[in-house]
Amino acid sequence: MIQVQLIDATQMYRTLMRMAHEIIEKQADVGALGLVGIQTRGVPLARRTAANVLAVCGIEPPVGELDITFYRDDLGARLDQPEVKSTHFGFDLTDRDLVIVDDVLFTGRTIRAALDAIMDFGRPRRIMLAVLIDRGHRELPIRADVVGKNVPTGRNENVRVHLAEVDGVDEVVLYRPEST
Amino acid sequence: MTAATKSKRSEPPPAAKWTHRHLLGLEDVSADEIRLVLDHARHFKEVSTRDIKKVPALRGKTVVNLFFEASTRTRTSFEVAAKRLSADVLNITASGSSVTKGETLIDTVHTLEAYRIDILVMRHAASGAPHFLSRHCTSRIVNAGDGMHEHPTQALLDLFTMQERGKSFDGLKVAIIGDIIHSRVARSDILGLNKLGAHIVLCGPPTLVPKRFEEFGAQRTTRLDEALDGADVVYCLRMQFERQQANFLPSVDEYVRLFGVTAERLKRAKPDAIVMHPGPLNRGIELTSEVADSARSAVLDQVTNGVAVRMAVLFLLAGVN
Repeated sequence: MIQVQLIDATQMYRTLMRMAHEIIEKQADVGALGLVGIQTRGVPLARRTAANVLAVCGIEPPVGELDITFYRDDLGARLDQPEVKSTHFGFDLTDRDLVIVDDVLFTGRTIRAALDAIMDFGRPRRIMLAVLIDRGHRELPIRADVVGKNVPTGRNENVRVHLAEVDGVDEVVLYRPEST
Repeated sequence: MTAATKSKRSEPPPAAKWTHRHLLGLEDVSADEIRLVLDHARHFKEVSTRDIKKVPALRGKTVVNLFFEASTRTRTSFEVAAKRLSADVLNITASGSSVTKGETLIDTVHTLEAYRIDILVMRHAASGAPHFLSRHCTSRIVNAGDGMHEHPTQALLDLFTMQERGKSFDGLKVAIIGDIIHSRVARSDILGLNKLGAHIVLCGPPTLVPKRFEEFGAQRTTRLDEALDGADVVYCLRMQFERQQANFLPSVDEYVRLFGVTAERLKRAKPDAIVMHPGPLNRGIELTSEVADSARSAVLDQVTNGVAVRMAVLFLLAGVN
């Protein structure tokens, strides 16, 4: 497997800061914002985004943690057993302008599950999607409102986001089979 | 794209995997798998605290509760669990089934399977009945109590409740008191607690706690005070008078005097000891109302946790290819 580093720590910092600016530009009332990180790596990304929003405009949006395992549409079809993480919102979703934050946007099925899950917790006024990496290959009509980096990939390739909070390092790595 | 990297990053150790198609008992379930169920149950318990107490994890699946023995609490617990996972649920009891017309167990289940069911939750008076069926059917089977053999989901919810009450299993002293010989709950609890490293003391009249139970790795005593001394968990079992064909006890009064758990006798246990009971409890026999209704009692927690644990079990079984 060939590993290619797409983003290093400095680039990730700049990318996340730019994403925070874009979110603020799209959001007239920053006080109504709420961020929802999808477990696992969407959660620290959402926290960093909240800190960046605070640094830019002095308002820190609340951050929730969302696990979408129970909302997946492939139970029993997966080869690997889904690992369940926690779901926790410290704020009321109703009438919030939510931003779902995730590391990689791929088929769109995770986001569909996230939308279903969020609707079980409340009725947000609006939901946006912010992802660090969009690697394409959508299977559902879902697109992100804010994208850190578009990375055209092959189906047989893999993109992994490593974060200091989880992996001890900030970087994005493309994994490509040797044969391609 | 920036520079290529050759560094190998350390991956986290693989989490335990659930690989069983059926849950027939805890005998074949490893300690890691038990912990996996408990971990999942913790997340499923959160689902039951939401306004919308339902997730679509088992949408499109059909769960059949096939109960050949009377049961309200276990059946409803499985039913609530399956419904909170969005499964369709069928409840079938022996009195209302063709079993009363002479149909065999296998024919009954084959008929149900013709409806393309996915999970069969089964209670039967014969020990080993779900094991027998597991060799003849394609659905996943959950043993909801088979004769005097096992009741694995009860044990798992007991373990979950202990853990939730802050108990660490390694070295935990658990006193199981009462009608051990007739108790499938006791067998599954002993198996589960043993695997997690707890120290088990079985206590009751010698007729109800036979010596062979020491083979399970449990200590045995006929003196309640000895069992209660320093106990972290006091687990009272229901006196199963309906199963006691022979004269196991001189009298119920004598049982209460020797083995009934009272607030006074409970002082021998650790100050933070909890009291558990699988229900339905006979107040004034296994334990007094004062104990049953005290802050130490985890009886209602067990009922609540039963739903979360059974959700976890149904979810894990449904996810096995």
